[in-house]
Amino acid sequence: MAWAGGAEPHGDGRGDKRPAWDNKGQYLLSCLGFAVGLGNIWRFPYLCQTHGGGAFLIPYLIALVLEGIPVFYIELAIGQCLRRGSIGVWTAVSPYLGLGCLTVSFLVSLYYNTVLSWVLWYLLNSFQDPLPWSSCPLDINRTGAFEAECQASSTVSYFWYRQTLNITADISDNGSIQWRLLACLAASWAVVYLCVIRGIETTGKAIYFTALFPYLVLTIFLIRGLTLPGAVRGLIYLFTPNPGRGVQTLRNPRVWLDAATQIFFSLSLAFGGHIAFASYNPPRNNCEKDAVTVALVNSLTSLYASIAVFSVLGFKAANDHGNLLRLLNAFDLPDQSISRDDYAAVLAHLNATQPESVARLPLEVCQLEDFLDKSASGTGLAFVVFTEAVLHMPGAPGWAVLFFGMLFTLGLSSMFGNLEGIITPLLDLGVLRRSVPKEVLTGLVCLLCFLSATCFALQSGSYWLQVFDSYAAPLNLIIFAFFEVVGIAYVYGMPRFSDDIACMTGRRPGLYWRVTWKVVSPLLLLTIFVAYIAVLAWTPLSYRAWDPQYVGPLGATGSHFGPALAFPWCHTWQDGCPKLQEGGAS
Amino acid sequence: MLCLLFFLVTAVGAELCQPDAENAFKVRLSIRTALGDKAYAWDTNEEYLFKAMVAFSMRKVPNRETTEISHVLLCNVTQRVSFWFVVTDPSKNHTLPAVEIQSAIRMNRNRINSAFFLNDQTLEFLKIPSTLAPPTDPTMPIWMIIFSVIFCIVIVAVMLLIFSGIRQRRRKSKGPSEVDDTEDKCENMITIENGIPCDPLDTKGGHINDVFMTEDERLTPL
Repeated sequence: MAWAGGAEPHGDGRGDKRPAWDNKGQYLLSCLGFAVGLGNIWRFPYLCQTHGGGAFLIPYLIALVLEGIPVFYIELAIGQCLRRGSIGVWTAVSPYLGLGCLTVSFLVSLYYNTVLSWVLWYLLNSFQDPLPWSSCPLDINRTGAFEAECQASSTVSYFWYRQTLNITADISDNGSIQWRLLACLAASWAVVYLCVIRGIETTGKAIYFTALFPYLVLTIFLIRGLTLPGAVRGLIYLFTPNPGRGVQTLRNPRVWLDAATQIFFSLSLAFGGHIAFASYNPPRNNCEKDAVTVALVNSLTSLYASIAVFSVLGFKAANDHGNLLRLLNAFDLPDQSISRDDYAAVLAHLNATQPESVARLPLEVCQLEDFLDKSASGTGLAFVVFTEAVLHMPGAPGWAVLFFGMLFTLGLSSMFGNLEGIITPLLDLGVLRRSVPKEVLTGLVCLLCFLSATCFALQSGSYWLQVFDSYAAPLNLIIFAFFEVVGIAYVYGMPRFSDDIACMTGRRPGLYWRVTWKVVSPLLLLTIFVAYIAVLAWTPLSYRAWDPQYVGPLGATGSHFGPALAFPWCHTWQDGCPKLQEGGAS
Repeated sequence: MLCLLFFLVTAVGAELCQPDAENAFKVRLSIRTALGDKAYAWDTNEEYLFKAMVAFSMRKVPNRETTEISHVLLCNVTQRVSFWFVVTDPSKNHTLPAVEIQSAIRMNRNRINSAFFLNDQTLEFLKIPSTLAPPTDPTMPIWMIIFSVIFCIVIVAVMLLIFSGIRQRRRKSKGPSEVDDTEDKCENMITIENGIPCDPLDTKGGHINDVFMTEDERLTPL
């Protein structure tokens, strides 16, 4: 019959009846919450815009259809069929595969929750007016001047790098533990423990809020963002291909690689979390429809988020009017007489009539495009760019609370999946005696993760996180996914798997599924793996560092690339357009 | 004669008030930025008010209580709106030292700003730095208050869940024996329902009705 692989149809390693979802909605929301994470907000919009907007969607959709959905379906099907976590499910293929998935889930939980603790810190600081990142603090002696580091960069960068992270200039310089970050880390692990304490019994209740709240906030931001001035320019910039590139975008292998990896990590494949979620399903459940639904909704969410994000970014860019003010003041033109659109024409006219005066002005070439090109991804987007955008919106604290609340719930629902990927296999293995309650196991896991993650609360913690995020997780996940697909298609056997699916969903998998599982997905994953290795080999390993002593080409201090393994340095330009100083003569 | 004196006065005034003159200050207003649609036009009446405010500020300085509006001279008014001003002494030959004017303006900056519905950023006195508000150092930062609230709620909720889990487990371990008792009770109840022992297979205490013969006897053998 269908229950091949020697697994019992019911029950887990503990012998009691296996927990089950209260209803299908909880299961779908859990999978969706796990898939939709911080990357949908701050990675996809950046990629979409870097690779020319509308043109990027083509490789993205192709990767979704050929790689994302098939692997996702395999995970859900195998979990639902064998009703075990990742270790139990992959024993037929290789015992190390399940162990590897568990380890990667553990490592990713460590640094993912650290990012959440940063979000929590910002959330806690958003409940005040004016926001703490709106102004520079006075220097130590209170002589009336502002902190030098803050003046040289910007208030938001200063708040992020100095007052939050208190970052050192180098990864080898560890510094001391930041007790504020440690407290936030403890709080976020406590919140995660509260939600995961009884497994899906508690996450199933929490997921209603954590999975749906982000959509509500995104909608609010979308509506607000679209009504802000300059939003349309941001959107146009997002979707138009870069001038002179157009169709050539599709010929750039980097674009395909980015699309494939983005779809892969966006769906949170090979963590074991989806397998764990599906293992709590009733045996007869149409996991094919589930897989397609969740994958499509995940991609649509990415698109939705990028529209919201870029409309706000467009507004922020339109707000940079330092140059306009300089022109007005220097030539004594009426207040607000030059709009952003007239700027170019007026500048040309003035340059023609009074070139020497214009030359003396410290005008920077500050275009919308240049501004949107920089630091609009990852933590830079959330903690530097977006926080500054929020400052200019009326009712700033409210928007900040909404934004960081959304990020926190997004990350939290992904953490549920990560932790289920750890806890479910451990429960199935029966590491603790049956008499020991599940709360103890989850508590021990959370405690162990918290203690391991304290290294990220050091002053150089952010650098370690970058290194982890860039090098530790991605390669392993691709390898595991490759072995998952190959294991199912060739070791477990396609006929056996088709029988299982027929039993669960009512019909055998069609040609599309069989072809992608046997040929296309393994090939794609292998290609991504090889390309990743190639990129790693060619480019020196590096990380972005913040060095207060470093002075960039435009005279602004800021971040630059530092060596991850003592490779030669490569400096980059950062924070290009300094704002007009407030309160007095420029 | 009077005309000549008038010309002399204005000429002297013109010399005293010039861009970058000694003891002269530049003022820049951004009325439209501050007030938007409600912006008022800058005309000579507004200039008169400005002179009045400066004179008012100077009168608060000891030894300068006799400053009049006519002692304040404005010049080079541009469309921006920006202009230069100086304050002369009663003889109208010399300008008052910049330091005095600076301290006087700083003392009364708030009054001057509010007279024009502007603030320190939209009514700029170049070279006169504005006095910053004292840094507010709350005894307990706001984030700590909210953090403690959230942390306490989370800890309480975790405790509640743990204790309810323990109670559930205790009830479950007691549960199976209780279920058995009730089942026994159910059997006992069935057997003594209505006071009559209902044992259908037991013919004790009952009589067999002869009308209902067995099947075999009804059918005549072939």
